[in-house]
Amino acid sequence: MGAGHSHRLYRAGDSPVHALPAHCKLVAALGFVLVVVSTPREAVWAFGAYAALLAAVAAVARIPAAFLLKRLLVEVPFVAFALLMPFVVPGERTEVLGVALSVPGLWGAWNILAKGTLGVAASVLLASTTELRAVLLGLQRLRLPSLLVQIASFMIRYADVVTEEMRRMSVARRSRGFEARGVRHWKVLAASAGALFIRSYERGERVHLAMLSRGYTGTLPVLDDTRPTSAQWAFAAALPVAALAVCLLGWTL
Amino acid sequence: MTHTPPSLEVRGLAYAYPDGHQALFGVDLTVGRGERVALLGPNGAGKTTLVLHLNGILTGGVGTVSVAGLPVGRRDLAEIRRRVGIVFQDPDDQLFMPTVREDVAFGPATAGLRGAALEERVAAALERVGMADFADRPPHHLSFGQRRRVAVATVLAMEPEILVLDEPSSNLDPASRRELADILRSLDVTVLMVTHDLPYALELCPRAVVLSEGVIAADGRTQELLCDEDLMRAHRLELPFGFDPASVTMGT
Repeated sequence: MGAGHSHRLYRAGDSPVHALPAHCKLVAALGFVLVVVSTPREAVWAFGAYAALLAAVAAVARIPAAFLLKRLLVEVPFVAFALLMPFVVPGERTEVLGVALSVPGLWGAWNILAKGTLGVAASVLLASTTELRAVLLGLQRLRLPSLLVQIASFMIRYADVVTEEMRRMSVARRSRGFEARGVRHWKVLAASAGALFIRSYERGERVHLAMLSRGYTGTLPVLDDTRPTSAQWAFAAALPVAALAVCLLGWTL
Repeated sequence: MTHTPPSLEVRGLAYAYPDGHQALFGVDLTVGRGERVALLGPNGAGKTTLVLHLNGILTGGVGTVSVAGLPVGRRDLAEIRRRVGIVFQDPDDQLFMPTVREDVAFGPATAGLRGAALEERVAAALERVGMADFADRPPHHLSFGQRRRVAVATVLAMEPEILVLDEPSSNLDPASRRELADILRSLDVTVLMVTHDLPYALELCPRAVVLSEGVIAADGRTQELLCDEDLMRAHRLELPFGFDPASVTMGT
């Protein structure tokens, strides 16, 4: 808590990757992910090549491998499902270390694991080289509906405020001798959640009033509207274009 | 010499909320340019309702409000909201942008200001509240007193005709309270200060009005009002223990 939004995810630096405008990086990351998911899963070597490309980006951005790998752990809950597939998917069986595993299941697991990991790694690289605020501005420049960008930006601004409110309510509950232990106490917790919702809703109304009072008419002004140079676009395109080459090879070889 | 219209002129303002609860019963109030006026009154007197009429958030009642001669209405709403700078009580409601700079820039940028002129306006506003060094901080990282000062800057950046402060001293420690008072005194702008904090009103505002049960019940020199025990008791206004307004000698 209190880390605010110069964020846990962000890793300050002055590398060429950090310096790229956020929307170039967003487009590059999205392009890369699209290319990765459209690669045939049998082209195993291609995924190695993608990983090498990301490693190159990380090197240019001076993001240490350990940092990147630790961040990748966020993927684990999703991957757990993939690990089940070799056991439960019906089809041709094969023997690995004395355990019968399904061949289509193995391929399916590999597919999810490889593509998922690459996608998460690309996102982690994006997040650790781009400030959250810049990501939002980037989305705004990419013409994502302004309402969605505003909602996201308020979420970032008020997450800490609401968390703090929640913590204060919890302290107040415990100060009156309440400890949540098991199902019997869920009613109290649910009531607290309801109160928190109403408080946040009312805060939303007050914020809206304050915005109207300062002339809000439906859009947040974009302050520093810098247009990226074509060199910056070209630099950002290096990753998805290289990946596309790999993908095409994967389909033809 | 041309006649300057008063910063704020409220005539016969009455308003009932959609649920039928009537909050204002004909308020008349004139605030001259450059005046600092305290708006006093017990809880539920209609202070907030009155404030929300000043920039046209609430409309539809009877009576008129005009700001520096411009009537508050649908037609000139953007200009009215630029002219009336409301500083709300909770700075977390007021500061909704990710950084202090963007928040202070919000008002003028919405009004169409861009580039160097905008930068200058933001820097000047932050300078006036002594927060120039915090421009790139997220509001959540500031102390409460600092957030309140930034909230004042967000409104000053719009170069308002009148600054309306809702409980400016609430939740401030004595040092922040004094700092804010120094800032408010240094500003060359009309101020309407809504407060329960009677010593603060006396310190900052030569004139005070008492709003009670939806009407202006008294209007006069702050010190005289605070010394009028019958008036104070009649409107549930109480001085802090040990505070004697008659013993305070005012600067001017």
